[in-house]
Amino acid sequence: MANPQKGSPSEQAPFSARALHWVDQRFPASSTWKAHLSEYYAPKNFNYWYAFGSLALLVLVIQIVTGIFLVMHYKPDSNLAFASVEYIMRDVPWGWLIRYMHSTGASAFFIVVYLHMVRGLLYGSYRKPRELVWLFGVAIFLCLMAEAFFGYLLPWGQMSYWGAQVIVNLFGAIPFIGPDLSLWIRGDYVVSDATLNRFFSFHVIAIPLVLLGLVVAHIVALHEVGSNNPDGVEIKEKKDENGIPLDGIPFHPYYTVHDVFVAAVFLIVFSAVLFFAPEMGGYFLEANNFVPANPLKTPPHIAPVWYFTPFYSILRATTSEFVYALEAGVVAYVALIALKTRWSGFAKIATIVIGALIIIGMLVFDAKFWGVVLMGTSVLILGGLPWLDRSPVKSIRYRPAWHMYVYIVFFVVFLILGYLGVNPPNETRNLIAQVCTFLYFGFFLLMPWWSTMGSFQPVPERVTYRPH
Amino acid sequence: MGGVAGVATAGAFVSTFQPSERAKAAGAPVEVDISGMQPGEMRTVEWRGKPVWLVKRSPEMVASLKKTDSEVADPDSDRTQFSVTPDYAHNEYRSIKPDLLVVVGICSHLGCSPNPRFQAGPQPSLPNDWEGGFLCPCHGSTFDLAGRVFKNKPAPDNLQVPRHMYLSDTRLIIGKDEKGEA
Repeated sequence: MANPQKGSPSEQAPFSARALHWVDQRFPASSTWKAHLSEYYAPKNFNYWYAFGSLALLVLVIQIVTGIFLVMHYKPDSNLAFASVEYIMRDVPWGWLIRYMHSTGASAFFIVVYLHMVRGLLYGSYRKPRELVWLFGVAIFLCLMAEAFFGYLLPWGQMSYWGAQVIVNLFGAIPFIGPDLSLWIRGDYVVSDATLNRFFSFHVIAIPLVLLGLVVAHIVALHEVGSNNPDGVEIKEKKDENGIPLDGIPFHPYYTVHDVFVAAVFLIVFSAVLFFAPEMGGYFLEANNFVPANPLKTPPHIAPVWYFTPFYSILRATTSEFVYALEAGVVAYVALIALKTRWSGFAKIATIVIGALIIIGMLVFDAKFWGVVLMGTSVLILGGLPWLDRSPVKSIRYRPAWHMYVYIVFFVVFLILGYLGVNPPNETRNLIAQVCTFLYFGFFLLMPWWSTMGSFQPVPERVTYRPH
Repeated sequence: MGGVAGVATAGAFVSTFQPSERAKAAGAPVEVDISGMQPGEMRTVEWRGKPVWLVKRSPEMVASLKKTDSEVADPDSDRTQFSVTPDYAHNEYRSIKPDLLVVVGICSHLGCSPNPRFQAGPQPSLPNDWEGGFLCPCHGSTFDLAGRVFKNKPAPDNLQVPRHMYLSDTRLIIGKDEKGEA
């Protein structure tokens, strides 16, 4: 035994206490429970925005458990895959329920994660010292997108097939190595059985492993620095004589009870969708995916599932004429940095050189490549937020009122891009998508300037909290 | 030493992603009987897992290529990034015989298969002066009746003309020409 004296329970102690002591001598069970739940001090002023993190964890568990059971009946073979999904739906007892839980869970995951990100945006949760929490979060979002994409090929329907065809060909737009790269990803000259098998492997083992690791890193990093809150006040700056934050409250049981309540509400809504609208009018499960994959014919209208469409719209908006507008945008942005920052002369010259290289690249390479670059950047730029936001306060509560309108415009732009992405393109819609693309990137790239403008309210010393 | 072994082992894992020998072996030329095709008719045949379209163009359809000449991005099919147009199709019809178009029905943007829209005139998703051609459902690229992409569309290149040749007046082989197999 490592340390028989330390807090050893007496012979009269109940069996459970002695058993726990025995475990704690060999494994950090009690200390982990304390560090992350019963003695993890969270700010006491959380609102309902703070429930989406726990909900995301719940959905992750739903996806893993239902996924394990689906794999028991699914066949990753291009000749059998479509029929095996129908077999799950029709012949496996309660198979339809498990399958709908998994497909609805995918959309629910994105709804919850998008709301979780909105919370981070509004309350400045990515600001110092939580940059790594945010970066792990962005990585989780990327994994989630990969997971959704790989999973979508598995039913081997028309949308599965052509969606995979389009996304794999995105890599083909990369100059010089592109065509070989997309051949390498597919493992065949067209999306085929080889592609299905490797996507299955990624979907059921590779990405989930990475995802779980990142979720642990996200939570460990969060618990190291402590949670932000709607006031953006650092509760660790005001502690009592025991070193406990004055505005903190143990996460368990106070917030676990809140989260159980929110989980119950979520499960009611989730079940309602599950039982009454599992296809959600073609948004959660697209009609064309009930047709087996046909490599010779693309369905008349194809669009990705709703959670990808804002980024997809940006891809589609990038035509050869739009590249001229992008060039003008790059020139303006480089001019802004050269004239309106206090960077060193060297940094400014480097920026001008990079800007010139991008413009030369835009003249040399196809619009197709730049569409792919813009789409990739539109996701990755989220990772830059901790350094783009220069506002003196974290929370929207103490920012100038018009900042809220900037966020609302950004959210509306995101929704418009999403709406356009599910609809077939035409000239007007393309133009709107192009304007929205500019607004989307403007929000992020101009943030170092606009986030400092206006008159900020003083941030209180302690969190605002009404006891109840 | 350890590093070398590590890189070599990683190389083996990376290599498993390449097309297998079986995938490489598949892809023999395909023979098609084209007798009895009516003007305006389109047939799709599978070659190397991809759709190859045969379109029997009517005289009006062939005439429309003159009008679209100024509206397409690469009227003479000079670009070679996506595919090299064979010499025998490097003409105003992009075909050996003016009336029969043979192209791979895969969009040069991101690989969807465009839909035939042969009806001329205004219609949803298409310009009002539409002369007939193809519309890609994924990102809205449009192609004329010679598979040439219109300007300012996501797709940068014309549809690929595969190697092909006539075995007789009614028999065509795709994936092979006088110079060999594609």
